[in-house]
Amino acid sequence: MTPVHLAALAAPQLLLAGASLVLLVVGAFRPKAIRLVAGLGVLSLLAAVGVVAIEPLGRAFGGDLVADQGAAFAEAVIYLASAAAILLGQPWFARRGQARFEFPILILIAALGMGMMCRAADLISLFVAIELQSLSLYILAAFEKSDGKSAEAGLKYFVLGALSTGIMLYGVSLIYGFAGGTSFARIAAAVAHGASGGVLFGLVFLICGLAFKVSAAPFHMWTPDVYEGAPTPVVGFFAGAPKLAAMVLLARVLTESFGPALAQWRQILVVMAILSVAVGALAGLRQSNLKRLWAYSSIASIGYALIGLAAGGPEGVQAMLVYMTLYVVDVTGFFACLAALAREGRPLESFADVSGLVRQRPGLAVAMTVFALSGLGLPPFSGLWGKFYVFKAAISAGLAPAAVAALIGSVVAAYYYLRLVKVMWLDAPEGQIDAPPAEAAGLAYAAAFFVFPVVLIALMALDPAARAAALALVQG
Amino acid sequence: MPLQAIAFYVLAAVTVFAAVAVVFARNPVHSVLFLITTFFSAAGLFVLMGAEFLAMMLVVVYVGAVAVLFLFVVMMLDVDFASLRQGFARYLPLGALVAAVLTVEMVIVAADVAHLGAAASSTGPATPSAVMTNVEAIGAVLYTDYVYVFQAAGLVLLVAMIGAIVLTLKHRPGVKRQSVAAQMARTPKAGVRMVTINSGEGVDA
Amino acid sequence: MTALLMNYLPIVIFFAIAGALGAAFILAAAIVAPKAPDPEKLSAYECGFNAFDDARMKFDVRFYLVSILFIIFDLEVAFLFPWAVALMKMPHPTAVFAFWSMMGFLGVLTVGFIYEWRKGALEWE
Repeated sequence: MTPVHLAALAAPQLLLAGASLVLLVVGAFRPKAIRLVAGLGVLSLLAAVGVVAIEPLGRAFGGDLVADQGAAFAEAVIYLASAAAILLGQPWFARRGQARFEFPILILIAALGMGMMCRAADLISLFVAIELQSLSLYILAAFEKSDGKSAEAGLKYFVLGALSTGIMLYGVSLIYGFAGGTSFARIAAAVAHGASGGVLFGLVFLICGLAFKVSAAPFHMWTPDVYEGAPTPVVGFFAGAPKLAAMVLLARVLTESFGPALAQWRQILVVMAILSVAVGALAGLRQSNLKRLWAYSSIASIGYALIGLAAGGPEGVQAMLVYMTLYVVDVTGFFACLAALAREGRPLESFADVSGLVRQRPGLAVAMTVFALSGLGLPPFSGLWGKFYVFKAAISAGLAPAAVAALIGSVVAAYYYLRLVKVMWLDAPEGQIDAPPAEAAGLAYAAAFFVFPVVLIALMALDPAARAAALALVQG
Repeated sequence: MPLQAIAFYVLAAVTVFAAVAVVFARNPVHSVLFLITTFFSAAGLFVLMGAEFLAMMLVVVYVGAVAVLFLFVVMMLDVDFASLRQGFARYLPLGALVAAVLTVEMVIVAADVAHLGAAASSTGPATPSAVMTNVEAIGAVLYTDYVYVFQAAGLVLLVAMIGAIVLTLKHRPGVKRQSVAAQMARTPKAGVRMVTINSGEGVDA
Repeated sequence: MTALLMNYLPIVIFFAIAGALGAAFILAAAIVAPKAPDPEKLSAYECGFNAFDDARMKFDVRFYLVSILFIIFDLEVAFLFPWAVALMKMPHPTAVFAFWSMMGFLGVLTVGFIYEWRKGALEWE
């Protein structure tokens, strides 16, 4: 393969890397041009979506890089979510006098890392990609320097993230040792005639490491604290896109290289899924802080996505992709709402803060209601369709008990979603709420509009796209 | 051969002892020093396996740079380590459980290796041969076959740089810095003022 | 293999001599030196004051910044060694590719260097 061909296969990565380098230089020489850097960052993410849509498919660097529909689908969603994060975050930091040009650049590099995760079919590129995005996210979590909580969030995220990376790396070394290679194809060949104990232990460690990144129980401990402390737009970002990237990576590892060991990894995923749904539902009941609450909500959501993945096969992976895509929109919209709401400059973060919201900010209250009901899975919102796909895949794969358990979890979680709705619509308002900034409110409305009714039309395009993506991921 | 075996057991014993001492040393500075010992003896183990380049990198990067950073952090934090240790007994059962699980697993893995052999040993020797040294073998593939991850590693380093600056750099207001360019651009005209002083009047600014 | 390890024999000898010398000095001091301890001699008055405070104090975070920037460039140099050794032994087109591959890597870190220079991270104030 010629260098030109290789460059074409890595085009979105090259574009994002080049953009972040150029913007870093621009920022270094024009520290005041933050809006310019942010604008160019959004533009290059949108350009990356375009490149993903038209670039050639293929494999390069011995599996370090795979350009297929599976990667393209997830990357498009991830880059859009990253662009939304810049749009939301830059003005948010500017209002607090914390605007720095590094913010859009770190989001760009994180997006680059996530794109690489979606494309990795080799343990080495898997590891480097995860490190690239995690490091950027650790810094973003601690980005609000004046806020002790933000620093704490960054530190917790970093220490626990480093631990999980260590666990994952141990697993990777075991897999390499027993499979004799790092590429997924090589591992698949080694596992084809029965997986040895060493490989399976490696797989377990690898799954644990990735489970940490998607905050699946029992590796979720960091989530509530980090979400509570980190700046709101950043939380909206890392509750969505990185989890999609990690799920796609997990899907690729499990189906492409460990396909024959389905029975073994399915048990692990089912256990983690049920635990996640249970933890998300039960621990969420006791939360009063909305960011913590949504952390538990996201843990439960990952549980559903894991059930889809555990179902295996194209149908299961498709369910996971559809579910995660709808979830990313949902969670981005919810945190956009939170970023839009403040009282005398202090962000609204608890149930008490948003009581009677509908009388002061009816638009945002309706949007938040939409996101809550979608999280609950009520018809006709997008959350329902995601769950529908997951349950369908689970039942046809014979995982009906897991689906029932998840359904029970949903019923329990209904309490806190409905409580939020009740507080906003029925309780008495409390003090004046600041005028919401245009970009946050606009993003929230757009996301709410997607959750219902656009999703009904979007699913028509999403369904075949996710199916093609799932087929590409499963068949390798 | 027996000489090699002796070297291995000595180095391995030192590594394990120093690693344990890192955890149990009362003084955090001693912990860092034990960590350096661990790195050194691990480098020796690498040499025994023929992975010279890794051994040298361990010394240059970990001992030379990372350990220094650790020392800074240990000194910078001013943590009362005695109070940090108080939770030790409380978390001991959980930690012991995790350690036990890991030990059992390592035994199983080791048994697997003894039984089946590790496949990686068939992919090519890490040991240098007459035709190619260790460094050459790495250099032959790192910049060509692995160019994608190599460049990504460069970006990881860049992120680390941005992160360190974003999180720790703050300029104190009111600090006077030397500006070489301004000094060089200064002409006698800007710096010297000729005044005629009448006798008995003095200079008032 | 054994030939390779023989290369390290001087280092082992060096360590052995260093260890022996260190041990010898400590032991010699313990054995040979005259000892007549006395409470007055051991008191702080003889050699200064009682400590006011803990010897450990907070370092400025800038030390950390300098050392982490050092580590980053240290790692960059680590990547240069195999490149320098292997480049000239590669066949021509591969060597050209490897050359530009390293230039790309250095370019990324040079951008980082420009960034930290402009940010003033290398100044001490």
